[in-house]
Amino acid sequence: MSGTKQYTDFYDNVRDTLFARSCDVMNAQRQAALDRFRWLGFPDRKSERYKYTDVGLDFEPDYGIALTALTDELPSHCYRIGSAPVDVTPYYNTIADHNDAVVCLNTMLSVDTLLVHIPRNTRPQHPIQISNILKGTNDTMVNRRLLIILDEGAQADIIITDRAVNDSRFLTNQVIEAFAGENSNLNIYEIEETHLLCTRYSNIYIHQDRNASVRHTSLSLFNGHTRNTCTVRLAGEGAEVSLNGCVIADKMQHVDNNTRIEHLVPHCTSNELYKYILDDSAVGAFAGIVYVSEGAQKTSSSMTNANLCATDSARMYTQPMLEIYADDVKCSHGSTVGQLGDDALFYMMQRGIGIDEARLLLKSAFITEVIETIPLQPLRDRLHFQVDKRLRGELSKCEGCKLCK
Amino acid sequence: MEDITRDIVNKDYEYGFTTDVETEVIDKGLSEDVVRLISEKKGEPEWLLEFRLQAYRYWAGQKQPEWGHLDMPEINYQDISYYADPTKSAMSGDSKEIDPELMKTFDKLGIPLEERMALAGTAVDAVMDSVSVKTTFSAKLKEMGIIFMSISEAVREHPDLVREYLGSVVPYRDNYFAALNSAVFSDGSFVYIPKGVRCPMELSTYFRINARGTGQFERTLIVCDDDAYVSYLEGCTAPMRDENQLHAAIVEIVVKENAEVKYSTVQNWYPGDKNGKGGVLNLVTKRGHLRGANSRLSWTQVETGSAVTWKYPSCVLSGDNSQAEFYSVAVTNNFQQADTGTKMIHIGRNTKSTIISKGISAGRSQNSYRGLVKVAPSAQGARNYSSCDSLLLGSKCGAHTFPYMDVRNSSAIVEHEATTSKISEEQLFYCQQRGINTEDAVSLIVNGYAKDVINKLPMEFAVEAQKLLGVSLEGSIG
Repeated sequence: MSGTKQYTDFYDNVRDTLFARSCDVMNAQRQAALDRFRWLGFPDRKSERYKYTDVGLDFEPDYGIALTALTDELPSHCYRIGSAPVDVTPYYNTIADHNDAVVCLNTMLSVDTLLVHIPRNTRPQHPIQISNILKGTNDTMVNRRLLIILDEGAQADIIITDRAVNDSRFLTNQVIEAFAGENSNLNIYEIEETHLLCTRYSNIYIHQDRNASVRHTSLSLFNGHTRNTCTVRLAGEGAEVSLNGCVIADKMQHVDNNTRIEHLVPHCTSNELYKYILDDSAVGAFAGIVYVSEGAQKTSSSMTNANLCATDSARMYTQPMLEIYADDVKCSHGSTVGQLGDDALFYMMQRGIGIDEARLLLKSAFITEVIETIPLQPLRDRLHFQVDKRLRGELSKCEGCKLCK
Repeated sequence: MEDITRDIVNKDYEYGFTTDVETEVIDKGLSEDVVRLISEKKGEPEWLLEFRLQAYRYWAGQKQPEWGHLDMPEINYQDISYYADPTKSAMSGDSKEIDPELMKTFDKLGIPLEERMALAGTAVDAVMDSVSVKTTFSAKLKEMGIIFMSISEAVREHPDLVREYLGSVVPYRDNYFAALNSAVFSDGSFVYIPKGVRCPMELSTYFRINARGTGQFERTLIVCDDDAYVSYLEGCTAPMRDENQLHAAIVEIVVKENAEVKYSTVQNWYPGDKNGKGGVLNLVTKRGHLRGANSRLSWTQVETGSAVTWKYPSCVLSGDNSQAEFYSVAVTNNFQQADTGTKMIHIGRNTKSTIISKGISAGRSQNSYRGLVKVAPSAQGARNYSSCDSLLLGSKCGAHTFPYMDVRNSSAIVEHEATTSKISEEQLFYCQQRGINTEDAVSLIVNGYAKDVINKLPMEFAVEAQKLLGVSLEGSIG
C-alpha cells in the first residue's frame, strides 16, 4: 500500500493548487476518486485484468507530477473543459471505470481535460491531431484526460501521438472517454513513439449510441512499458466498432493490450485485430473479451490476435475470451503465436533476396494488415514508412537522445 | 397426476435411485482426528497418514478459490461426512462376498460385477461412496503383471509403487480441492502397467455416491511404464437428492517412454432438478505427466451431469516428442454450470498437443471453456492446436470461452480458434422437411456436432454418451 501513499500524500499537499487551476466539473469528482483510490489500492497481478502488468511496480518510482493546465488557444472543436460549449456533467467521468485504481488516480490528479466536441451533423475539415510531447529534465508523471463528444451525425478523425523529446523517465496516465451519438462516425488513432524509459497507462472508454460507428487503432511502435485498456459499450442498435492494433517491441519492452467489448443491445457488430512482433526480451500481452448480454441477439463479433515471436526470450501471453448470454449470435475468435513461414522465406531467398531483407519484408507485410484498415490515406502512407523504419531499427534513433545511440 | 409428473422428472435422470444398504458413516465434520480416523479405518501405514495430515494442515490454511465462472452454493465443509462404507459387513474377514443389494445396484446401473456377465474385454473397479466394492478380472490381469485394484488395496500390497507415485503429479499443495482430497481421499483405482505390456482389455472404474450427507473423494493413480498401453474408462452417477453433494477427486497419470494412455470419462453425476435444486458439485483435479520420450496421453470426456463442474484434465509434456490430446463435450441444461477445459504445458522438445472442446448450453445453464497452453523456453518446436466451439440452445443460457496462451519459445506454433453460434435454422428446416420432428432434429444435429469427440470414445461408451446427449437436452427446445 505504500505505493498508493505517495500519491495520496501528494494530493493532500497540492489539493489547493489543483482546485485553483482546475474547474468545477473536475473538482467535483476528486474527493470521491481519492476515497476509491485509497480503498482499492493498485491492482496486483492476481486481479484478472492486470494479470500481465505489475501496476505497483510501474507507479512505484518517485516521479515529479506535472500540474500544468492547457492553453486557451485551441483549434476549432477543441476546448478546455472549463469553457465547454455544452454541459459536460452528464459525460465527464461517467463511463470511466470507478473500480480501476489507475483511473481513479487520474480523476484525482489531472488538472485539465481536453474536450473535443463535434456538434450535430458536422465534420471538421481536417483530422484533429493531438500531440503529446513529453519533455522534462526530471522524472515526470503526467495525468492526461480527454473527453470526446460526438453529437448525432457528427464525424471526426482524431490522431493522438505520444513522443518524448528527452531521456528522462516518464509515466503517462491517460484516460479518454468518448461518446459517439446516433449515426456518428469516430476514428481514433493512437501512435506511440517514445523510448525505453517511458511508461504509459491508457484507459479508453467508448460509449456508442444507435448506428454509431467507431474505429480505434492503436500503434505501439516504440515504448518502454505500455498498458492500453479499451472498453467499448455498444448501447444502441446497429452500432459498430473496430478495434485494431499493432505492436512492434524488442529489447526489454512490454506491451499489454486489454480490451472489453460489451454488446448490450441486438444487431451490433464488433471486429478486433491485433498483431504483435516481439524480438529480444520483449513481453507482449493481449487479453480481449467480448461480452454479449442477455437479449443482445443478432450480434456479430470476431476477434483475431496474431503474434510473431522472434527469440526464445521474448514472451507472448494471449487470452481471447467470449462471454455470451444470448443464443442468436455469431461470435468467433482466433489467436496464433508462431514464426515467419519457412516457405515464404525460402521463396524470396531463391529469388536473391537476402534472409534479413526477406524477414523484414514479411514482418512488414504482417503489420500491413492492420495499417490497411486505416481509411486516412496520408496517415497510412506515413505509418508504412514509420513501420518500415522501425523494423530496420532506425526509428529509435531520434536526435539528441542518448538512449538510442 | 402426481405420478405422471414424477415419471417425467425421473425419466430425465434414470440413475437417481438410492440403495438401501447398511452403510457405516462416520460423524460429520473435518479435523485432524477425522483424517486420522479415515487412515486408521483403512489400516494405512504411517507415511500415508503423514501425507494426509500435511495436506490437511495446508488445506486448513487456504481459502476456497473463486475465480471460476460459477455461482457456487457455499460449501460447509463441517457438514459433510468424509467416510461412508456400504460394504461394512462384507469387509470383515477374508470373505469377498458382496452384499446382494450392492450387486443389484450395479446391475441396475449396467455395471455387472460378475465376471462371466461382464462385457467381454472390460475389467471393472466399482466404487460406492468411500469404498471399492469389487474389482473384476484382477486375477487375470495379474498374470500379465498388470496391477488393477483399489488404491486402498494397493497401499497394502504394493506400498513402494504407491509411495513413489502418489502426489508426484498432483502434489497436495496444487490447489484447494487437491489438498482436501489428499487429506481425506478414500477409494479409487490404482493401475500399473509394466514395461512392454499392452493391456488386453479396457480398464474401467465406476463411481457411485449413495449415502446421504457424504461426499466422495476418490483418488486414481495410473502408472504406464515404458512401451506399455492402457485404455481406461470412468463413469459416475449419484442418486437424486435436494442437497448438494461434494465430489472432489484426483486423477494422476504417469506415462513413461513410448507408453500410451487413453483416459475416457462419461460424467453423469446427478445434475439437480429442473429448478437447480440439489446436484453434485464436481470439483476435480486430473493431470497426466508425460515423463518419457514419445509418450502419448489422451483425455476424452463427456460431461453431462453435475450441478457444478470445475475440472481441467491437464497434461505436462516433459518427454521429448510426447503428444497429448484433449477431447471434450460438455452439455449443460436447466441450472447446471460447467467451467471446464484443459492445461497443456509444453516442456520437452517437439511436443504436440491438440484440444477439441465442444460446449452445448441449454435452459438457463452456464457453460465455460477455460484452458491454458503454456510453452516453456525449452520446448523447441512445440505445436498446439486448440479449437473450442459453443452451441447455444435457448436465449437464457450462456457460453463462455477463456483461453490463456503463454508462449516463451520462438519456434513454437500455437493456434486457437473458437466460435459460438446456435443451431442453424436451415439445418433444422432441412430435417423437418424430411419428417423429422424438432426434438429429434436437434438431437441429430447436436450428435453430429459432438461427433469429433464421441468418435474418440471406446465403442460401448460412445453409444452411452450418444444416448446421454439426447436425454440431457430433453425439453430444452421450444
